[in-house]
Amino acid sequence: MTAILTNLFDGVAYGMLLFVLACGLAVTLGLMNFVNLAHGAFAMAGGYVCMVLVNRMGWPFFAALPLAFVSSAAIGIVLERTLYRHLYTRSHLDQVLFTIGLTFMSVAAVDYIQGSSRVFINLPAALQGQFDLFGVGIGRYRLMIIVICGLLTIALQMVLAKTRFGSRLRAAVDDPRAASGLGINVPQVFAFTFAFGCGLAGLGGALSAEILGLDPYFPLKFMIYFLIVVTVGGSSSITGPFLASLLLGIGDVAGKYYVPKMGPFVIYTMMIVILIWRPNGLFGRTAAR
Amino acid sequence: MNAASDVGYHAQRQARWHYGEIAFWLIVLACGFAFPSRYLIMTDILRLALFTMSLDLILGYAGIVSLGHAAFFGVGAYAAGLLALHGIVNEPVLALIVSGLAAMVLGFATSFLVIRGVDLTRLMVTLGIALLLEALAERFSNITGGTDGLQGIEMQPIFGQVPFDMFGKAGFFYSLAVLFLLFLFARRVVHSPFGLSLRAIKNNPLRAAAIGIPVNRRLIAIYTLAAFYAGIAGALFTQTTAIASLDVFAFERSADLMLVLVIGGTGYLYGGLIGAVIFRMLQELFSTITPQYWQFWIGLVLVVIVLVGRQRLHRWVLYVPNLVIRQVAGRKGIVAVPESEA
Repeated sequence: MTAILTNLFDGVAYGMLLFVLACGLAVTLGLMNFVNLAHGAFAMAGGYVCMVLVNRMGWPFFAALPLAFVSSAAIGIVLERTLYRHLYTRSHLDQVLFTIGLTFMSVAAVDYIQGSSRVFINLPAALQGQFDLFGVGIGRYRLMIIVICGLLTIALQMVLAKTRFGSRLRAAVDDPRAASGLGINVPQVFAFTFAFGCGLAGLGGALSAEILGLDPYFPLKFMIYFLIVVTVGGSSSITGPFLASLLLGIGDVAGKYYVPKMGPFVIYTMMIVILIWRPNGLFGRTAAR
Repeated sequence: MNAASDVGYHAQRQARWHYGEIAFWLIVLACGFAFPSRYLIMTDILRLALFTMSLDLILGYAGIVSLGHAAFFGVGAYAAGLLALHGIVNEPVLALIVSGLAAMVLGFATSFLVIRGVDLTRLMVTLGIALLLEALAERFSNITGGTDGLQGIEMQPIFGQVPFDMFGKAGFFYSLAVLFLLFLFARRVVHSPFGLSLRAIKNNPLRAAAIGIPVNRRLIAIYTLAAFYAGIAGALFTQTTAIASLDVFAFERSADLMLVLVIGGTGYLYGGLIGAVIFRMLQELFSTITPQYWQFWIGLVLVVIVLVGRQRLHRWVLYVPNLVIRQVAGRKGIVAVPESEA
């Protein structure tokens, strides 16, 4: 019984992490309809920035996390302004090719600069080990992830639903022409959203070094996971991707624990079945643009 | 002249063999005799060309974007390896066909999943199928040899007459023959009314359905055929290199394949062949400059191609050949700029 609860806890932490990693993609892919396979590269950038700051320059872990966010967001906004924005109106094939190219470049570049082996971030002692709560083993680090990601999710939902920026973004996505006719600066809204999504990915990358493992092949290894979150979750709100991440996280952890021999088989089968059953995602809108 | 016969006239004109095409194949054949020390790399290019042609059939002609075409390549490769290893089908040509059929069955079965949904769903489903097969191959390592791959494959002589030699000469001509035969068939298919209907579907599925083309059935048919081609390419890989390992299913293989096709150009069969040559040359070049990091340059090529625009790039690339053809043959160039992309 306690093993089940511990697994559930780990799965939730894993799922929350996936959500923070992938929710930027939910905006670009789901809302802006841009296939960004290079999303993992931004996450990797954040992870490596955090690693360098903590391990080499001796920054405290919690001070390095915001910087991971900022640096990924900065890379994101530069790339968006210079490259991505030309591709919003192009075909999906072009977008796929372009972002695969970026992914390959980022993999080789990080390999060149930092070497190909897996890196670890030195964690403060307060985050290591686990404690027992009614006999259920709770990892401190995972608990922190759940807290951070949970707060982020609530904040995101509030921003999207309640603020002026949120309604601008939703308007820009629903009908860019009408939105710009109403005086909304659509490219600016998109650029800002893209950068924010990249920043979140960077933060997720920094947090995930301990759990998912961080090496130059991160963008390729976890690309499918991010895509699953978005396509299964749909794009009508952020609750869809959020639930999909939790489902994926719990499913993956449970799959690895109870049927270790089947490996990632469970996840892929689940994804294909869901996509066949509901091509627009579990919680998606019916009309795709 | 009424519209129907007009269309027929132009379709037939398009389908006729041109001097340039004959010259192309003669040059390929001549390469086999001119560079006897390069059989291995040339065989590799032929294999890649066949594989790319397979992707071109679904992407360039039917507009299905696939990120998991390596699935069929892998099935063909493992099928050929297992057939040879366990001595089930010893004759290579027969084994080749059987392997192709195995991939074809998988293609037929998965085509029903692929034709559902929009581009994005297709991307995900094709990618998922390839990953699924990779996971399966790793899981059943007692059959596939796991990460070590299938080892100790010994190929029997072709038709019981021509043995595979260690310089790869037999392998090269064998691959060339297979490629040429399959090219002839693909050429026939894409110029047939069936092929024309595929292009109609690619340009506008809704309109195609409205004029009475059974869209889903056509897509299933071409997807199955493409799977057969990819399976043959995979089987050739195993037969000429005598290994089959897990990386036949790898995502990089599918991604590279898209690059090859895009370099060569989608929507005309020579695109895959030209792309394969250019891609391998680029790869050689990059790996002599930076042995470990050639992937960076491949990525850069992709990014540049997309930013410049594929169609503009092809006009540049084909400018000289078309000019030569216009001067020599005194008519329109054979390798036209591919029509609008999906």
